[in-house]
Amino acid sequence: MVEAISYLSANVLGMPWGIAPAFIFFAGAGFVALLRGWPQRAVLLLTPVVGGLNIAFLEAGNFGHYELFDYGLLMVRADTLSLLFGYLFHLAAFIGALFALQVRDTGQHVAGLAYAGSALGAVFAGDLITLFVFWELLALTSVYLVWARRDEESLGSGTRYLIIQVASGVLLLAGAAIHLGDTGSLAFDKIGLGSTASVLIFLAFGIKCAFPLFHNWLTDAYPAATPTGTVFLGAFTTKVAVYALARGFPGTELLVYIGALMTAFPIFYAVIENDLRRVLCYSMINQIGFMVCGIGIGTALAINGAVSHAFNDVIFKGLLFMSMGAVLHMTGRINGSDLGGLYKTMPFTTGLCIVGAASISAFPLFSGFVSKSMVMTAALAEGYDFIWFVLLFASAGVFHHAGIKIPYFAFFAHDSGIRTKDPPWNMLLAMVIAASICIFNGSYPWVLYSLLPFPVAYEPFTYGHVVAQLQLLFFSALAFAWLMLTGRYPPELVSINIDVEWLYRRLGVRMYHTIANAISELGQEVRTSTLAQIDDIVAEVFRLHGPNGVLARNWPTGGMVLWVAILLAVVLIFYYA
Amino acid sequence: MDKQHFFDKPGNVKRMLRAFYGVCAALFIADFVFHRHAEQTVEGWWGFYAIYGFVACVLLVLMAKEMRKVLMRGQDYYDEKTRQEHHQEDHQDHG
Repeated sequence: MVEAISYLSANVLGMPWGIAPAFIFFAGAGFVALLRGWPQRAVLLLTPVVGGLNIAFLEAGNFGHYELFDYGLLMVRADTLSLLFGYLFHLAAFIGALFALQVRDTGQHVAGLAYAGSALGAVFAGDLITLFVFWELLALTSVYLVWARRDEESLGSGTRYLIIQVASGVLLLAGAAIHLGDTGSLAFDKIGLGSTASVLIFLAFGIKCAFPLFHNWLTDAYPAATPTGTVFLGAFTTKVAVYALARGFPGTELLVYIGALMTAFPIFYAVIENDLRRVLCYSMINQIGFMVCGIGIGTALAINGAVSHAFNDVIFKGLLFMSMGAVLHMTGRINGSDLGGLYKTMPFTTGLCIVGAASISAFPLFSGFVSKSMVMTAALAEGYDFIWFVLLFASAGVFHHAGIKIPYFAFFAHDSGIRTKDPPWNMLLAMVIAASICIFNGSYPWVLYSLLPFPVAYEPFTYGHVVAQLQLLFFSALAFAWLMLTGRYPPELVSINIDVEWLYRRLGVRMYHTIANAISELGQEVRTSTLAQIDDIVAEVFRLHGPNGVLARNWPTGGMVLWVAILLAVVLIFYYA
Repeated sequence: MDKQHFFDKPGNVKRMLRAFYGVCAALFIADFVFHRHAEQTVEGWWGFYAIYGFVACVLLVLMAKEMRKVLMRGQDYYDEKTRQEHHQEDHQDHG
């Protein structure tokens, strides 16, 4: 396949060379499956590096044309949008692989690389069928990262995750088929809401993007995955969906409102959630909300903001997931109610987690600041004043739950008495790389800006932007301090909070049980009455044929002869009569 | 005996908090001293961001706290075994 692709790239479009990025990762996953020990770890780390070299020299253009049922499909469409996500996914795959290097579970390594490859396949797909194939592969390759925890909870979560993800793919395929009927084209370009096909495709993207009401797979499955698996999961699926929305539905106004809702509602959940990785999942929906909102606004500034925020989010959310993964890996605990005081024994992890927290909170000089503010400025510029107030509320909220709550309850707060140490070198190094990117992009954003789809005329470090943001953040922190010191802050409790999943995990299950019970009761009645009838028949047969049955008696031979004689006599009489 | 760490000393916590309050005050006063360019009327008000941030977070936390009354369940709410027990209880209730 790889040869076929490079042959096509070389001959169809005259590209000097170039391999579809997905296949480098699939090949890497294949080698990782076969190898063991240090060669396996070397391939794990080298695959994103080789892929990175490939994509670094990839020029804008299309290659990998192929045909399926007479429809021309396109494996790789490289332009500024897909290339930016391409670079990002290589970076994320490398960091994720390095973080997982000490894991002795070949399955997880294979799944991680194949999953990254599927994400790359999806963002470079030039048509809806190729997109669909990689869309489903994303689900199939990543579910093992949840299951690999090998307990009942992760088995259930993973299965629910798989069903929902595959359903999203089915919607996409149905949408693509109707779209083909409507337009005669399978090309994956701007679709825009309108036709039935577009609604189906929009829903498919929406499920993977964790739109409100479709978001629960994320907060269900990601916290159930392995400490290293969550780092991979957090990087790819939702960002592929953000890319797909940016490609297919830029400027769709509905997205502005969906995005604003996504920024706002999860922060309430995040404040009262005990599992710190689930807190990060809610904050992930909140961050994706900013991107979705930017895509909905649709101006050059807003799209640039959305895409650059996706880039920064993968890195700082990865860093936060890694720091919590390190805590889980070293202590075996992840609930806020169990943790606290870890700064004493995990000082490096604490510091790195704070860098991630500052980045997601959009502190000036940290990465979130240079991208999120573009979306907010675009919202104001386009007259979405109310939306801007919501986004500002969400910005204060994200600092509250992700910026303060995560580091505070894990590393400070009351001393839990847990004494451990910083995680192995590879985990620390992965976090250091991610933290460096956060600080680099935050302090010198012009490299990131140069990779964006539209030319950037935005100046992040004006006095107004910086001071306004600092005021917002410091007074949010002041609110936290006041609530804490006066005992008004809700404590971390051993609990879970019900969410949309209640509909299918509780109500659905109850309805299933009720219906199943009704059916089984009905069945019981049918069975009882049938059995009674059978009993009657058996009794009747027994009466006639049983030991004392009329038809089963051993009649004496004499009697028989007598009866025969009588019978003959009767016949004789009638005969001569 | 465990080594004394930075935040084990109440004096350090107090000093940190005092520095933090100082920064907050400085940021608030800055609005009265320097002109902050604003895109929109409300945004340009003195102390707008500071007050909005504080009020937003207090409301967020207090509302989330109320949400707990409706949403909070035991850790094993969805647990397979517990669910069956719940189910049996339901049955007994009906019976």
